[in-house]
Amino acid sequence: MAPESIYAHVNLRRNYRRRKILNTVMLSLTGVTVALAVLPLVWITVYVLLKGGRYLNLALFIHLPAPMGTPGGGVLHAIEGSLVMVLLASLLAIPVALLAAFYLLARPNTAVAQAVRFSTDMLAGIPSIVVGLFGYAVIVVTQKHYSAFAGGVVLAIIMLPVVLRSAEEMLKLVPPEMREGALALGAPEWRAALRVVLPAAMEGIVTGVMLGIARAVGETAPLLFTALGNDHYEIGQIVRQGLHYHQSMGQILGQIFGQPADALPLTLWKYAQQPYQERVQLAWAVAFVLMLFALGLNIAARAWLAYRRRKLYG
Amino acid sequence: MTQQPVALNRTDKPAAVASATKMVIRGVSVYYKTFRAIKNVDLPVYENRITAFIGPSGCGKSTLLRTLNRMNDLIPGARVEGKVLLDGEDIYAAGQDVVDIRRRVGMVFQRPNPFPMSVYDNVAFGLRLLGIRQKSILDEVVERSLRAAALWEHVCDNLNQSGMALSGGQQQRLCIARAIAVEPEVILMDEPTSALDPIATLTIEDLLQTLKENFTIVIVTHNMQQAARISDYTAFLSMDDDRAGYLVEFGPTVELFTNPKEKLTEDYITGRFG
Repeated sequence: MAPESIYAHVNLRRNYRRRKILNTVMLSLTGVTVALAVLPLVWITVYVLLKGGRYLNLALFIHLPAPMGTPGGGVLHAIEGSLVMVLLASLLAIPVALLAAFYLLARPNTAVAQAVRFSTDMLAGIPSIVVGLFGYAVIVVTQKHYSAFAGGVVLAIIMLPVVLRSAEEMLKLVPPEMREGALALGAPEWRAALRVVLPAAMEGIVTGVMLGIARAVGETAPLLFTALGNDHYEIGQIVRQGLHYHQSMGQILGQIFGQPADALPLTLWKYAQQPYQERVQLAWAVAFVLMLFALGLNIAARAWLAYRRRKLYG
Repeated sequence: MTQQPVALNRTDKPAAVASATKMVIRGVSVYYKTFRAIKNVDLPVYENRITAFIGPSGCGKSTLLRTLNRMNDLIPGARVEGKVLLDGEDIYAAGQDVVDIRRRVGMVFQRPNPFPMSVYDNVAFGLRLLGIRQKSILDEVVERSLRAAALWEHVCDNLNQSGMALSGGQQQRLCIARAIAVEPEVILMDEPTSALDPIATLTIEDLLQTLKENFTIVIVTHNMQQAARISDYTAFLSMDDDRAGYLVEFGPTVELFTNPKEKLTEDYITGRFG
């Protein structure tokens, strides 16, 4: 009864041999490409470690730069400037991005949502130097001076699409049944979003936020037009002076955000091209600090996520 | 609560007559990292018979099923101890070709998973993997497989339509056609009807009865009545205190359902737990 078996037309042994050869070839190929993909990271890390680690010392973190051509000094101005501007950028961008992501989740197909999605994608594609130019025209020109504030705002504009789109993707991964479960208990939408959907998506959202922060920390170009750079930016000094002259809290904050400021990548860029040995060494040290910062941020977030996962899932 | 007596094998055959042993699960334990999901299961799978795995959720039925064609290899951290013999040969022995094992032991999944291509290409997929390129052979085997899966009449007008455009029950039969096209010796089915409506379920159950003439079938089912209706042998698994699944009882389906040896089996099939 049986019709002819397909194995009358199949040479299993030949297939096997061919498969084994192909498998070896492809496996070696993927091995090589994986090595190629990892190589730049390892290379850069080791290189910066060797070049910059050498000049790492405490002074780097607590002193302002020494005058050109003299040894010593640090990059406290850039560390503080970076912190101030990234903090401002995060405060501006993250809440907006997360709330907008929740809106996109709850009303995914409205015209507004389509517009938001389209424009954030466009925004993500704008070269950062153009964003900087925009900050210059809108903030620096109207205020008639460069400032940490202007730098923070342009960094926020750069962070926004990164955080928004990754948060939206992560929120979409949460099973809709979870949100519906909360809604079916009579929870208002904002509560379901905040108490159920957000914690479920936390892991991915934190990763997205970190990507955004890393992006902001590393940006140089937009700060050229906005924060400008300031070798004497020191928050401690601003605060001491403010207290001396009996300024209010608001005035002191105004000083911190109102002055031109420096940032780590900006300093790196400037110092690396100066003709003084000490400055170039400082630039290498800054590169090292930048990498430490990125690494530290990553490790901290992962540690927190691991702790949270243990608590959630036992 | 009154439990309806379960209807036994519709064909009303006497308890399965003796048949060759196709596969043997011998002392199999499965670990996911440190968690033991299955402990020490011994079980035969008879040729041209339907063997059903039943038991409460989480008892490791699917895990055990997936040891039979080494699908657990795909899960990081999963580890299998013990032996699984296919025609007397341990499929976990060093030097075994896992690709060939999966060709010989096919699988149909819980959710129909047609590939994003035409009905024809879905069925021809495995054949092309085997190096068959000749149009006449492909045509013939595709038709034969679709007929065997009771799908031919529904799709013969347009074999170029997308497999994903079919109804759920038809998609599952397409997956069965796809599996049998490469003429496996054993077909594993992981709750193949749980995502289907009752009529589609009935069609597939009928189909299994004809398929077992040519194939050995192992089926995981959530549904005791289904096991009783369609299977020749039943393995009842349960979960221990340490959440590891173990085999409580194995036997001809009729015996297991009418005269269980273990109290736990009786409790389960009469609906007192699970």
